[in-house]
Order: sequence, then structure tokens, then C-alpha cells
Amino acid sequence: MTLLSGPEGPAASTGWGHDQPRKGFFTDTSICIGCKACEVACKEWNRNPTDGDLQILGQSYDNTGELGANTWRHVAFVEQGQERIEQARESGRKLVSLGMPGIGPKSGGRRGDLPEGDLAGVDTTPPDTPEFRWLMSSDVCKHCTNAGCLDVCPTGAIYRSEFGSVVVQPDVCNGCGTCVAACPFGVIERRDDGTFTTGAGGTDEVPDQGTAKKCTLCHDRLVDGQEPACSATCPTQSIRFGDHEELVGDAQERVQQLHDRGMTEARLYGANANDGVGGTGSVFLLLDEPEVYGLPPDPQVSTKFLPQMFAKVGIAAAGMATVAALSFLGGRR
Amino acid sequence: MANADLVVIEGSNMAEAHPVGFQWVMEAKKRGAKVIHIDPRFTRTSANADRHIAIRAGTDIVLLGAVIRHVLENELYFKEYVQAYTNASTIIAEDYADTEDLDGLFSGYDPETGTYDNSSWSYDGPQDRLDRGLPERDETMQHPRSVLQILRRHYARYTPELVEATCGISREEFEYLADAVAENSGRDRTTVFAYALGWTQHQGGPQMIRTASVLQLLMGNIGRPGGGVMALRGHATIQGSTDIPTLYHILPGYLPMPKVGQDDFHEFTRAIGKKEQKGYWANAENYTTSLLKAWWGDAATAENDFGYHYLPKLTGAHGTYQTTMRMNEGGVDGYFLYGQNPAVGSANGRLQRKGMAQLKWMVVRDFYMIESATFWKDGPEIESGELRTEEIGTEMFFLPAANHTEKAGSFTQTQRMVQWRDQAVHPPGDAQSDLQFTYELGKRVREKLKDSTDERDRPILELTWDYPTDENGEPDAEAVLAEINGRHLSGEKAGQPLSSFNEMKADGSTDGGCWIYAGVYADGVNQARRRTPGSEQDEIAAEWGWAWPANRRILYNRASADPQGRPWSERKKLVWWDEEAGRWTGDDVPDFPITKRPDDPGDPDAGGAAALAGNDAFTMQADGRGWLFGATGMVDGPLPTHYEAPESNVRNPLYTQQSNPTRVTFIDEDNLSSPGAMGEGGSVYPHVFTTYRITEHHTAGGMSRFLPYLVELQPQMYCEVSPELAEEAGLEPYGWATIISARSAIEAKVLVTERMKPIRTGDSTVHQIGMPFHFGRGHEAIVQGDGANDLIGMNLDANVQIQNSKNNSCAIRPGRRPRGPALRELVDDYRRRAGILPAEQAQVDGGGVDPVGGGPVDGFSPASVRGPLEAGAVPDNNPSMKELDNR
Repeated sequence: MTLLSGPEGPAASTGWGHDQPRKGFFTDTSICIGCKACEVACKEWNRNPTDGDLQILGQSYDNTGELGANTWRHVAFVEQGQERIEQARESGRKLVSLGMPGIGPKSGGRRGDLPEGDLAGVDTTPPDTPEFRWLMSSDVCKHCTNAGCLDVCPTGAIYRSEFGSVVVQPDVCNGCGTCVAACPFGVIERRDDGTFTTGAGGTDEVPDQGTAKKCTLCHDRLVDGQEPACSATCPTQSIRFGDHEELVGDAQERVQQLHDRGMTEARLYGANANDGVGGTGSVFLLLDEPEVYGLPPDPQVSTKFLPQMFAKVGIAAAGMATVAALSFLGGRR
Repeated sequence: MANADLVVIEGSNMAEAHPVGFQWVMEAKKRGAKVIHIDPRFTRTSANADRHIAIRAGTDIVLLGAVIRHVLENELYFKEYVQAYTNASTIIAEDYADTEDLDGLFSGYDPETGTYDNSSWSYDGPQDRLDRGLPERDETMQHPRSVLQILRRHYARYTPELVEATCGISREEFEYLADAVAENSGRDRTTVFAYALGWTQHQGGPQMIRTASVLQLLMGNIGRPGGGVMALRGHATIQGSTDIPTLYHILPGYLPMPKVGQDDFHEFTRAIGKKEQKGYWANAENYTTSLLKAWWGDAATAENDFGYHYLPKLTGAHGTYQTTMRMNEGGVDGYFLYGQNPAVGSANGRLQRKGMAQLKWMVVRDFYMIESATFWKDGPEIESGELRTEEIGTEMFFLPAANHTEKAGSFTQTQRMVQWRDQAVHPPGDAQSDLQFTYELGKRVREKLKDSTDERDRPILELTWDYPTDENGEPDAEAVLAEINGRHLSGEKAGQPLSSFNEMKADGSTDGGCWIYAGVYADGVNQARRRTPGSEQDEIAAEWGWAWPANRRILYNRASADPQGRPWSERKKLVWWDEEAGRWTGDDVPDFPITKRPDDPGDPDAGGAAALAGNDAFTMQADGRGWLFGATGMVDGPLPTHYEAPESNVRNPLYTQQSNPTRVTFIDEDNLSSPGAMGEGGSVYPHVFTTYRITEHHTAGGMSRFLPYLVELQPQMYCEVSPELAEEAGLEPYGWATIISARSAIEAKVLVTERMKPIRTGDSTVHQIGMPFHFGRGHEAIVQGDGANDLIGMNLDANVQIQNSKNNSCAIRPGRRPRGPALRELVDDYRRRAGILPAEQAQVDGGGVDPVGGGPVDGFSPASVRGPLEAGAVPDNNPSMKELDNR
């Protein structure tokens, strides 16, 4: 039942026990260099087909567009002028002064606690690149605490792994596509054709056609004690893999560090266990509003109200049953 | 780099081209360092820098020259370091004249040949003292002919105002840079410079690098942690392939290739290093003899000068472009391509392909059917009708090559670190390693020649050519490494590997294929294969791989200590003198005779290492000093001087001399240049274009355009333009544009971006256009596109014969380029308007004195050549390969 609600650790809630800490990513976009090695490593490891029609997409250096059935890591490129940078700094600063959860030093508090101390005295002189910036950010499945895709899957193909990640079993998935609509981030997608041809004329078989596909947190690598392909490849440690709780702590520390340097545009995404999906296994440090990166500002799991709905449906059903029973009773008379 | 307090990246897009190395810049940043990126474009490197400074392509010497002036005028240089470790106090000969005296020329210029006689650039003093590295000095550095004063005068006019007017860099930006360099140098702090092909590929590029070296010496940033000038290489083990070169002018270990006329072996080695000079080049004969012994074994004896006369002697420049010209003239029969794709990757792609169409045969060893393997059926000249497949006589051989995971071997990276890799999988199908192919080829050639009595075949027949092979015929790469390392051949240690180049002898009792690599196989252990994790050793990580020379991680690290041998500061300590132990010690392997005291006066009569004084930190230099003033080594001047690129539309603000007077170009109707600011027609090609690489692709595309995962990330050829230029030229975002140079015209998708900024120079605006060079025309790759190198001329730097890819002129207009013969008509139309069309300008073609098509008319013709025999060569009257019958 706790699948549908509650902030408890998802792996524990699904009966895996507490011996395995929840694993996840911390993607620090402030040190991403946009090399896309994560995209390539992901496709190499997971043998995913290419995307697109091999035309320039018209989004700066981004030519894969978005996460989907075949692209499980996606690097966004955003070019911004001075005005937008100032707005981002202002909105990030507000997040701090409002005491938004998810930001603050790691020491002396659990995640989600309000930041310690008075930040008014902190030097917030903006750093040196004021006129222009080029944001890069590697997006990935959020592995939500309350995962819409998992909740709605009618076949049980999507399950919560022992690492707390959300994984699709391709041999169970029947391709109904219910999960696609249930993901508040637009991550999961059904793989259709997607064949690719190399110049030499060979055609590689595309696996799992017609089933729902997304990041598995490299489950097949984790069971062998290895980290996911993307984080293993990242040259600047912009993508880090590890114990979720520790990563969130590090992420909060990093935001504080950047704010101390005047980069008040820094903020966390997904680190708040009280958000609409109960927090995410993949945590991001962003340098602007989530929308700028194509992320929903306030994601809500589609099954959030399902228990209440079930309760109401239950009451209604019971009522109807009663009426029906009564009508039979009446008929006997 | 992680130890630097300031990282200046200039002439490099490190985050995109060297993402793995860039982690150390990010590490430095994390530790609090400032990162400044100076580049015509705002790139992924700029995005991660504290500040991006946009610069007009090719004006780097003005910018850094002004920083040099700034630190000299304001006494901000590291005086103690400069006094002790550089040649700042050295007095220069009286007949030296500077560019400030001769309006852009140094003394010794010969306008006939376009070359310098550098005898007047020498140190002052009696010859026998000069030979011992003991020139006249004025320790106060006040003598008007002291290097410091010459430097002061040379850069006196390189002011912030000049920077603003020439580079398009504001006063505020300049001060930010100059202050950052000054604040982050000295006893307690260090600055590192990083550059790549953005400096190298200019006519005058080597002098840009020299400017950084001069500045770093002045600031005391050489030989110290977090200092230096990082040469970021073009791709994996380019460092290795200069150490053990694939170049025509040097032998392994930077020994020069002998020239025609150098018939005396001892004179040859003496020209490399005199026995009485200071430092380790005094042993040049040991290194050369050991190399010859490695190649010719028992056949190399003292009687035959160890086979010295087997070496071919240079008749002139034989770079890739001289060879291309010779191909076009029908003077080359056969051509091997080992992982090179000149149809896409070399300047003037059209001449490259037309040249290859003149060969008798050609071997392409690669992973895929690259454009150089298919130009004869689907190249751009087939499309335009200039070449017809049935008329091309070149016999093509395509041989599949093993990639780096399919063979064992080494990579040497920019820190001179040799890292071994093991074979992970066997090569598929018929694919072979280069090592196996070359070894097999040598065996077959030797088999064919085995009965020959011809003298000219002896060098091949007497080669040591006997490597152990495995069951697949693959030679043992470690056996090659052992040969490179060298062995004792006689005495009690006979057969044992050398542990250091100091063990090399000139009597034939040692061999060694590359003296600087001696020690990589010490104790019979492949030292390059050591992989102790960083977590299990200190930051120097001496147990990871092996760095030449002697596993030393920072060269000239004697300079990390003060003249008395104490660390300059606790924060920057690396190597120091241990008085108790009576030896140099520290975290790195000391780059100094290990027991020579800091106050040792040196023994001038001994020569070599013994002649070094205790503070002669620059142990390879004949005077033991870092060279602010380069008396030898550079053919275009002892000090870096600003010249405009030949096609530049900006007049040189400093001198009448517009462009580098020693530049090399090939006068040919297919290799025309815009006259730039020096002729009326320059305005026909009003914009600057610069080429580059991007993370998603690899050089000429052979390793990326055939791979689906990389292709989807950057699928099309594009150009980057500013919104202002897009507006001016009518370019639509993500639409098509045609770019026209004096060589050719190509089409590209348009990325309109604020990352490109128009540069204000004086009262005019310079628009710069950026283009990746990864695309080419051919049907085998997954994606194809027009090649940026088709736009670039074969115009070379005289020091290193590299082409100018970074600073050329073009026109741009919306829409796709014409197809078929109309393409050449378009190019000719622009040439006609610029007045450079050879048919209409008779003096251009060949013998004329006025090289309109060869760049600016400034009274000095470029060192123009039509073929290799004229490239400063000594004609030897030998028949060419073409004239000899194949035997």
C-alpha cells in the first residue's frame, strides 16, 4: 500500500528490507562541460538505438532533443543573456531566504531541514561571467520515491529494485503504454521502430521493440558491484552515483558553497522529500528555474490521489451494492 | 594543472577537445583557482571559465606582449627568479637589430629567399666562452643590450590601447587578465597556460607559444607546481609521435635529421650539442650512436660511423604539403595512409584529392572506407566534374586496421607520460595493428631484396628486424619498448636494459631507440604499465605510468627552489636541497645533478652536467638558463612579434611589414589567397573564419562519422555566426549558408548565436565565423557534409611547416552552394572580383615577382615554392622515384 504514498524509503517499502541503502544520482550541472559522454556511454552499455533523422535540431548543440525510449541520458544546452542570469540569481536567492527545503548545510541537520544561520551577511558578489552563459545539464530518469509509472503498470513489468530504482522488465511489459501518461517528467516512452543503419549497410537488431523503455540505473551493472555507465564515464564528476542520502547531503553543501560565492542562482531539484513525487532518486543542482531545462517546476505523481479516489470509489461501490441488494430484497417481497 | 591558482586557456577549447584533461582545470577551480578563457568563440570551455575574453583571431602576441609590457613596466615580474634562472641578464651581440629598429624585421633578413641569417641574434662574448655557455652578463639587467632591456624596448608599444584597437579586447578585460596573472604568480602562487591548435595552426603560431613562454619565465612559472605552458595535443599520443617522430625533419628524441652536406658524423653530433657546452645536450653523440646501434645492430660499427651514412639526408622541406604539391606535379608514385584522412583533414582538400588522383598506387589503412579511400568515386571533384573516375589511374588498396583496444602499445600524453595499454580483444577479420603490418611489410621488402648487392639496399638489409611474434603474427610491442629503452651491449651488464640515458655511450657499447625514453624499461619492467591508483600514492603519482625523462613529472623543477635551494614557499614546494643528506630531494624526481650543491660554480672545462652551476636550472640549455631571448631555434626571430595573417583585412598597426616575412606558401592557381588589407580585392572576402573540432567528433571523422552514437549528437556541418552578421548577410537560423574563400566554396547549416561576437577594431568591425572541420564528402560515412579544409590554403609557418587553419578570410551568403561545374564558376567569380584570378593576372602564375595570389603585397614576397626542390632545398640531381623504374 505504501507504494502509493508516504515518504519512507521506497526499497524498504516494497519489502526489500533496509540492508541496501537507496542508490541514486547527483547531477551537478554547475560543473557539466556538455561533452555528452554520458549519452554515448548509456547507449553503448544499454545497446539503445539512435534517435532522430540526423538533421540539426535547432537547439544549440543539442541534437537528441529529449529523454525517450532510446535516449536515457540527455544533455540540454541553454544559451542565456545577462537579464536572464540576473533573474535566475534573484529567484535562487529567494529560495534561500524563504527557507525552502532542500537547501542548507549538511552539518547539524537532516535533509529537508531549514538552512542554518543567517545568510544576510554572506558575500553575494556575483562571479565574473555576467554577460552571457551557456548552461549544460544532463537529464535522466528521476527514479521517484512515488513513481507514477510503477503505480499504474497493470502487468507488474515495472518494479522497485533492491537499490530503490524503478526498472522495467522488457519480457513482462506488454507495451500498453499506461506508464507513459503517468510519468510527470515525460521520461518513459514506448520504443517503436527506431532501427538504425550503419554506413557499411549492416542493420543492428533493435531489442525490446514495442515495450516501455527508460533508464534502469544500470541495474545490470549494480548487481555486479559496478556504477552506472554514465557516472563512470563523466570526466568532471558532474554525474555522481552513490547512496541517495549522502548525495543529497553533498548536494546541499554544494548549493551553499555556490551561494557563498555569489552564485545564488544555484538550487536543488528533486531533493525535497515533501514534493509531489516524494523526492527523486536522481537529484540535480540547477542554475536556473527547472522550466529552463525542460523540467516541470512542481511535478505531481499522477496516482497521488488514488487512495482517496479508491476510498471514494469504494464508498460509491458499496452504496451501489447496497442499493442493488436492497432492490433484490424488495423484489422478493 | 590542479595546483594552479590561475588557469589561462588561450588557443584551445580544452573542455571540448580535451574533456578528460579538463577535469584538472575543474579540480583547480574547485580548489579556488580562477579560469580565464581567451578565444574568438564562446565555447564549452568558456561556459566553465570564470571569464571569457573574445579576441580577434591571430592577435595573441599583441595581447600577451602587452601583458609582458605591463609586468615589466610595473616591476611585477618575479625578479629573483628572472635574475637567477633566465637569460635576462645576458648581453646580446652589438649587431643585433630589433623589429622596433627595422620596422618589423630583425637583423639578418634576406628578401631574396625570405629567410633570416641568425648570426646577429647571438650572445655577446668570446667564442670559446660562448661555446661553454658563459656569455657576457650584467647581473643588474640594466645594460642596454641585456635581454631584459631589449625585451622592454621590443614590447614598449604593445600597450592596452593597442590591445583594444587590435584584438578587440577592452581596457577593463585587459586589466582583468593582467592583474590576474600578476596576482597569481610569485613565491606563493602560480599560473598555468594551456594552448592547443588554436595557437599552433597560424603562420607565426610557434611564436604565439613563445610569447606565453616568455611571460611564464618572467613570472617565475616554469618548473613549479601549477605552472608551465601546457601543450594540448591534437589527439592521442601526438606527443609520442613527436618524441619518436612521424616527422621528416627529426629523429627519435629530437635529434635532427641530417641534411645534405652533413657528411661528417662527428660534425653532425657536434652541431646538435658541443661536448664543452653545459647540460645534457653535450652528450648528443651518445644518444645518436645508441640510436644507430638500435637500428643497425652489429652492422653499426665505429668504422662505418655506426651506420650514420645509411640515413637519408634532407634536401629541403619534405612536409605533407610539399609532398602534396609534388603529387600534383606527378612526382610521387605511392602513398601510405596510416590513420590519416587528408581528403578531409588537410588544408586545401581539393589539391589533396587532385594530388592523390595522380598517384600510381595508394594504401589506406583505416577502420572504415574514409573519404581518402573513396575520393575517386564520390569525392567533390567527381561531383563538380573536375575529375572523372575512369581517368584516375591510382590503384587503391584498403587494408583494415586494428584500433587501440585491439592491440597493445603506449600512449604518451601532454605531460610526457607514457601509459601502456594491453590488448583487450583481438582485431576482427583481417584487421591488423600498424605494428604487425609494418613489421610484415619490412620482412617482405627484405625478402625481395635479399640477393641485392646494390649499396642503396644495405640500410634495409642490415636493419635489426627481428621481433618476437605471437600465434597471430602480432609482434610483441613490449619488445619494441625494450629496444626504445636501450641495452648494454658489452661489459658486465651486457644484455641488461639501460636505467637512464646517462648510461648511453658513444663507443657502440649501448643501444637505445630514443634516448629520452631510457628508463621506461628499467630493470626489464615495463614501467609505463604501472597502474597504482591515485588513492594509494601522493599527488605526484610517480607510480602511475612513466614520464620521460627519468619519470620526472615537472621539467626543470630545480626552479621550484630558490637559488639557495630552498622552496620558494611552503605552498609551492616541490624539489629542494637537503643539506644534511647532501642531495636534491622532494616529491618529484629532481631535474638536476643529484648531489650538485646550489652554490656549486660548475666546472666550465668539464662540459655537460658537470659544467652546470648550482643554479643553472634549465639543464638542457647550453647556458643553463630559460630563454627569454631565443638566439637560436626559431627561424623567424628571437622574440615574438605581431604580424597580421596574410589574408587579414586589418593593417598591421605596429609595422610596415604586414605579415610574417618568413612564411611559406605554394604559388599555384589552386592555392590562391586574398590580398587582405594590402590589396583592393581584400574586401571581397571581408570576414574571418576559423576552424575547430568539437567533442562529438574526432578530427577528419574517420572515428566518429561512421559511428551512429556520435553522429546523432552532431549530424550536420554547420557554421557559427553572430546575430549581427546573420542580420547583415541575411542568414536564417538553422538555414543554409555558402561560405566562399579564395580556394573554394562550401555550404553549412547556420547556428546564429550570441556566443559569437563581432570584434571592434579601431573604427571597423570584424566578423568571425566558426566552422568544425570534421565533415567531408563521401558515401561511406553515416553522415557527410562539405569540408571546411577545402576553404583553407596551403600557407605554412616557416618553423614547423604547419598550415594556417585558424585565421583566413571568406565571404558568406545565404542558401546552398551551386552543384556541378557551377561551383567553380562561383569561386572564380569571387576571385575575379578580388583581382586574383591567375588567367587574368599573368604575374601570379609562376615566375612573376608580384605574388598577388600569395598574400599581401608588402614589398616582401612570401617564401614561395612550386615544388619541394625549391623549398630551400639543395638540388641533388638524383632522379625522382617517378623517373626510376620500379624494380
